[in-house]
Amino acid sequence: MKTFLKRGYTFLIFFFLYAPILVLIIYSFNDSKSRAHWTGFTLKWYKALFNDQYILNALYNTISIAVFSALIATVIGTMAAIGIHAMKKFPKLIVMNITYLPVLNPDIVTGISMMLLFIFIKLPLGYLSLLLAHITFNIPYVILSVLPKLKQLNKYTLEAALDLGATPFYAYRKVVLPQIKSGIFTGFLLAFTLSIDDFVISFFNTGSGVSNVAITIYSMARRGINPEINALLTIMFIGVLILLLIINKRMTETDLFNK
Amino acid sequence: MKKSLSLGVVLLLVAGILLGGCGSDPKNTITVYNWGDYIDKSILNSFEKEYGIKVIYEEFATNEDMYIKIKAGGSSYDVAIPSDYMIKRMINEDMLHKIDFTNVPNYKYIDERFKNLGFDPNNEYSVPYMWGTVGILYNKTMVDEPVDSWKILWDEKYAGQILMLDSQRDSIGITLKMLGYSLNTKNINELEEAKIKLMEQKPLVLAYVGDEVKDKMIGGEAALAVVWSGDAVFMKRENPDLEYVIPKEGSNIWYDSIVIPKTSKNKEAAEKFINYLCDPEIAYINADYIGYSTPHTEAVKRLPEEITGDKTLYPGPDDLANSEVFEDLADFLPEYARIWTEVLAK
Amino acid sequence: MKRNWLAYPYVIWALIFVLLPLFLVLVYSVIVTTDQGIQFTLNHFKRVFEPLYLTVLWRSIKLAFISTVICLILGYPVAMILANSGLSKRNFLVALFVIPMWMNFLARTYAWMTLLEKNGLINAILEFLNLPAINILYTDKAVVLGMVYNFLPFMVLPIYSVLSKTDKSLIEAAEDLGATPFITFIKVTFPLSLPGVLSGITMVFMPAVTTFVISRLLGGGQFTLIGNLIEKQFLTTGDWGFGSALSMVLMVIILLSMGIMSRYEKENEGGGLW
Repeated sequence: MKTFLKRGYTFLIFFFLYAPILVLIIYSFNDSKSRAHWTGFTLKWYKALFNDQYILNALYNTISIAVFSALIATVIGTMAAIGIHAMKKFPKLIVMNITYLPVLNPDIVTGISMMLLFIFIKLPLGYLSLLLAHITFNIPYVILSVLPKLKQLNKYTLEAALDLGATPFYAYRKVVLPQIKSGIFTGFLLAFTLSIDDFVISFFNTGSGVSNVAITIYSMARRGINPEINALLTIMFIGVLILLLIINKRMTETDLFNK
Repeated sequence: MKKSLSLGVVLLLVAGILLGGCGSDPKNTITVYNWGDYIDKSILNSFEKEYGIKVIYEEFATNEDMYIKIKAGGSSYDVAIPSDYMIKRMINEDMLHKIDFTNVPNYKYIDERFKNLGFDPNNEYSVPYMWGTVGILYNKTMVDEPVDSWKILWDEKYAGQILMLDSQRDSIGITLKMLGYSLNTKNINELEEAKIKLMEQKPLVLAYVGDEVKDKMIGGEAALAVVWSGDAVFMKRENPDLEYVIPKEGSNIWYDSIVIPKTSKNKEAAEKFINYLCDPEIAYINADYIGYSTPHTEAVKRLPEEITGDKTLYPGPDDLANSEVFEDLADFLPEYARIWTEVLAK
Repeated sequence: MKRNWLAYPYVIWALIFVLLPLFLVLVYSVIVTTDQGIQFTLNHFKRVFEPLYLTVLWRSIKLAFISTVICLILGYPVAMILANSGLSKRNFLVALFVIPMWMNFLARTYAWMTLLEKNGLINAILEFLNLPAINILYTDKAVVLGMVYNFLPFMVLPIYSVLSKTDKSLIEAAEDLGATPFITFIKVTFPLSLPGVLSGITMVFMPAVTTFVISRLLGGGQFTLIGNLIEKQFLTTGDWGFGSALSMVLMVIILLSMGIMSRYEKENEGGGLW
């Protein structure tokens, strides 16, 4: 009974999350440009997509920016979380409040003020400024994911390791990191998720023809979003799903070997 | 594994700095800034091939987004395509180059009707790209009376079936028109009157929308909507029950025109590009792709009769008798914003 | 153990990319450009406290609060289920949970409209089953739904990550001592997961207050939120001063309320937002 309830609930939540995705995918095969009605099955949007160099470029930028900004933010953020955790009460309070600011600031304010900063320091707007902007709004989410894990940590294990003669670096790597691993992982996931979907901040901090998928889509808003976008998202979705299945299979296999 | 990862990150950073730091040769490159999905992109490729000039293409979502980016001056845009009132504003703020029309001989194909417009009275800064009107789109199966006035949007019969634009200039503008005033008024009493009217209308309105209006009207979700003419043609094609009308009180005529911002580092190449866009064949290909009304006489001749004969896209001078173009409100804009906020936030 | 220095790269980063821009915003909020040049003014802040804008602020906080509570109620069980699933399945499930968020937000919101419309898919299914149609599009319910949909993973993931490492022996001990599952949850599991819950609340509530696309699309523009207002000041009106003042006030209010909330926690235990 209990597992039945659990299964049912999980199913409902996943249905809630995936229902719009399903709609997106279905309409990528719709012959009409409008999502208001179904006029027949077609693959023409996929064909148009593969001929659209600009959208494909945008896709490439989106993915590379998301991967690198999330990675860098995870490194800086995890270090920061460990440092903040070791701080005394007052400095901790200051740093944590600074951490909330980018989360709290409306995107438009963050976006424009960062753009003004880049122009002020004469950094040309382009790939690098876009990457820096993404790292900046990603870091707080990593810190907020890692800190709770540190709070959970049993501080005596670290001390024990140090007493037994481990260098601090070694002790952190062997004792602390494994225990906060899941926090780092969720922090990375959140950072990646935010980066891949950001429009406002990206728009103001890019230039020199560097665009991402979100900018392309929002720019279409006046003329109407082209079903090419549905095709693009469908391909992204299927790609990610296949990747995930492969990784999952591998991990289960290694699990079996280890047992 | 971890080492190679951090090495990768460093490499990427370096690559990013290099990429961001030095663009390609500015003499042979132009950056074009345009609305999303507002050009047949094959034109960019054919221009690159024909002139050996590389085109960097960027897109924006609203006039204001574009304005802030260009004003801030972080990147060097050579060609941009803003709308009328924004062009006026950019001229006033000295943000545009005068175009050297000896380099744009194809300008002669632009219909005389679309020259000497209010935002660029001496044809110095802009070349019209597309134009259109704002009007009422209605579903004939839901509205059986003749539609010829903005007043129908205030008719309680259609409560919950009216879609308005979430755009302060457009929504306040048509209300002013209904009341018989100019849609560029700077008379506070007229504006307050419009505000009261809009507040009265609010309970009848299903939603204040953007481009979703297209799917809504095609899907029969509402009876009446305020829309742009170019989109109206698309909607009529998708759902034959729909009809478009420019109300008798008059409306807004809008223009998107090509300009050269002062950020341009390659004005000559920009002019070449503008001239290319005005080439009869290219202008035709582009108008055919976009589906809005083109001001280009030769392009109009090449378009099929069923398009150029459609009053929605190509209304006669009589239909436009009382219509106006938006002007830059400058210091008075905050008053419009205040009124629109008061209407929506209520 | 001094590990403070590990935070220094971040602190420097934050100084440049967070505080400096913020300082700019602060400057904008207290100056006005007149014919005589730039002058100091507090008018922008005065305007923020007009009743019209306070209504908007209150509505934003209310809707964000409701969404946060719903996210917590819906998300906590999900986090527990994820944390209790087998090790090999766990990461897979977590990833499955996040992937929908990788599809573009605007496109997903449009898809919700397709689902919720009068003649939309949900109503088509309801009609097929002979059930009454629901019309929630363009109401505040739709806005809340959009927020919950979009921010749910930000609640689930931090809670999941804390729960997944909770010492199981504590729960077993409680059960051995005769506690019912409910009591065990209230007295043991939940308090132990508080740090994650607080992180989750922060990550959902803060962005929910400042969102503007959701209210515009799913609320039909009729539920102006503070995010819409700020966006409008910067983009449509060009009144950066007022926009900056609005976001400064918003920031102070939320930081203060978060501070008050954390007072209810015991010193140095649990999450500690401060």
